[in-house]
Amino acid sequence: MISVGARATTGRKRGRKRSPKPIEVQFRTIVSPHQLNSRWGRRIYWLVLATVLVVFTLAFVFPLYWMITGALKTPEELAQMPPTLVPADPTPDAFFEAWDLFDIGTLLANTAYYSLGGWIVCMAVDVSAAYALSKLRPMFGNVILGMMLATLMIPAMVVLIPLYVTVVDLGLLNNPWALWLPAAANGFNIFLLKRFFDSIPRELIEAAQIDGAGPVRILRSVVLPISRPILGVVSIFTIVTSFKDFVWPLLVMTDSDKMTISVGLSQTAGAVTQNQVMGGLLITSIPMIIVFFIFQRHIMAGLTAGSIKG
Amino acid sequence: MQLLRRNLTAYGFLCAALACFTVFAWYPMVREFILSFQKTDLINEPIWVGLDNFTTAFLDPAFGEAWLNTLEFTLLALLCGYAVPFVVALVLNELRHARAYLRFVVYLPVMLPPIVAVLLFRWFYDPGPGLFNQVLDFFGLPALAWLDSSSTALISLVIVSTWMNMGSATLIYLAALQNIPPELYEAAELDGAGIFKRIRHVTIPQTRLILLLMLMLQIVATMQVFIEPYMLTGGGPENSTVTVAYLMFQNAFTLQDYGSAGALGMMLMIVLLVFAAFQLRLTREDKA
Repeated sequence: MISVGARATTGRKRGRKRSPKPIEVQFRTIVSPHQLNSRWGRRIYWLVLATVLVVFTLAFVFPLYWMITGALKTPEELAQMPPTLVPADPTPDAFFEAWDLFDIGTLLANTAYYSLGGWIVCMAVDVSAAYALSKLRPMFGNVILGMMLATLMIPAMVVLIPLYVTVVDLGLLNNPWALWLPAAANGFNIFLLKRFFDSIPRELIEAAQIDGAGPVRILRSVVLPISRPILGVVSIFTIVTSFKDFVWPLLVMTDSDKMTISVGLSQTAGAVTQNQVMGGLLITSIPMIIVFFIFQRHIMAGLTAGSIKG
Repeated sequence: MQLLRRNLTAYGFLCAALACFTVFAWYPMVREFILSFQKTDLINEPIWVGLDNFTTAFLDPAFGEAWLNTLEFTLLALLCGYAVPFVVALVLNELRHARAYLRFVVYLPVMLPPIVAVLLFRWFYDPGPGLFNQVLDFFGLPALAWLDSSSTALISLVIVSTWMNMGSATLIYLAALQNIPPELYEAAELDGAGIFKRIRHVTIPQTRLILLLMLMLQIVATMQVFIEPYMLTGGGPENSTVTVAYLMFQNAFTLQDYGSAGALGMMLMIVLLVFAAFQLRLTREDKA
């Protein structure tokens, strides 16, 4: 790393002769700092940066802008060709209409209840399983872990139908447990948690045992406090996944007063005006966007930790 | 005695997970197998029918089309959804400004519930006042029928799918790129390798494993495509967007023919397991 730093400083010095504002380089990538700070390198860099910024904003932010302004326009203005870039007479009516028409209050409450309940069930089941597999090491532990991981190989769409048939047989239709229990059978969560628990030093556990702590006490007072980072990552992903889920709740939560927000929107979207649909979509997106703003670091860390090493 | 007690406590902690997995993961896998050889409508007792379900599924006029569409969708989605995130990650990794903003923005669609993306794009694809045709019109280009024409419907689905999923692949590649030791680039540069040679001889070999892994993961994910045809086209126009997963869903939940849906599921599973097995071998290679 020291050599990189040294390189970066020489690059900066060379750059300063040519221009007062060289491009800072903290780490070396494909393009060398020297190349980057040559006269053409700098020009190309700013051109690429500007293009990327414009393209990304158009591709990923503009659709959301269009959704928000779409909800603020009247149906007449929406049907207008060519469309107006800024709503001529913004009115929030569509939000209130969407709230009533879609019954968003109920749908959001349902979805929040299913997500949080699912999170509690999932954490209780998966943390204790991972703890048992990692620290209590029962007989056939590896076989069980292997079989749990094997379920990840089976595509979700394929088990959808037998799973539905099973839930019908158990009489769990329109019962939140039909969402929570299958979600708790998550081999990937158990794998992530177990891998983290494995890294907790044995001495810590042994010290607690000598002090007379039982397995429950050790889990609560030693393992869980240390494992906060991984618990955070698993929690966020569990909640976000269940909030976003569509196909499974579509099948098992069919009563209109028990639907999730995604399913409710899909059922009513054909019967209301476009600005009302956009209002509904915006209200649905807000919780996830807020979660993303707050937990961005955890989400991005979890994404790479899970996939690269997993 | 000590051993027995340790095992009892361990299984005490495991029992909830074992119950969940048995009923909602392992048993459905077995049930899928049984289902495909039975006639089941969830009302009458299931009857064993041998290979009838497979014959029914096979003789369905949409069967061949569904597989072709799934294949075409997967290939198109790989062209967009596989190559684009890698190139985007390569460029993002070179940039020194606005990194946080760009990463945030590219992952934003992934955070949205899929239903939001799908309904938003349904509006964009509207042949009349929809955004896409208005943009085409602005540049003086002819309007497209998007979802309403059998020639553009599938690619329209691929666009939605790419838009809402490419963020995670991009960030995964970005993390992999940042793990490449800078000395390698310096060495390559000293040896006189230009930018493209550096990409070919340093970047790609260094990220080879993650590239292969993501390829397999994306094939498995896109072969199961369902929500896009279900919400946007309903399989149409003229069956041009019927996918295997969509056909399976229709057989089971519209026609109440769980048997032939199960048979389709078995076929899909066999195809995907081949990819999964391949993926597993690659992961093993990494650990060895």
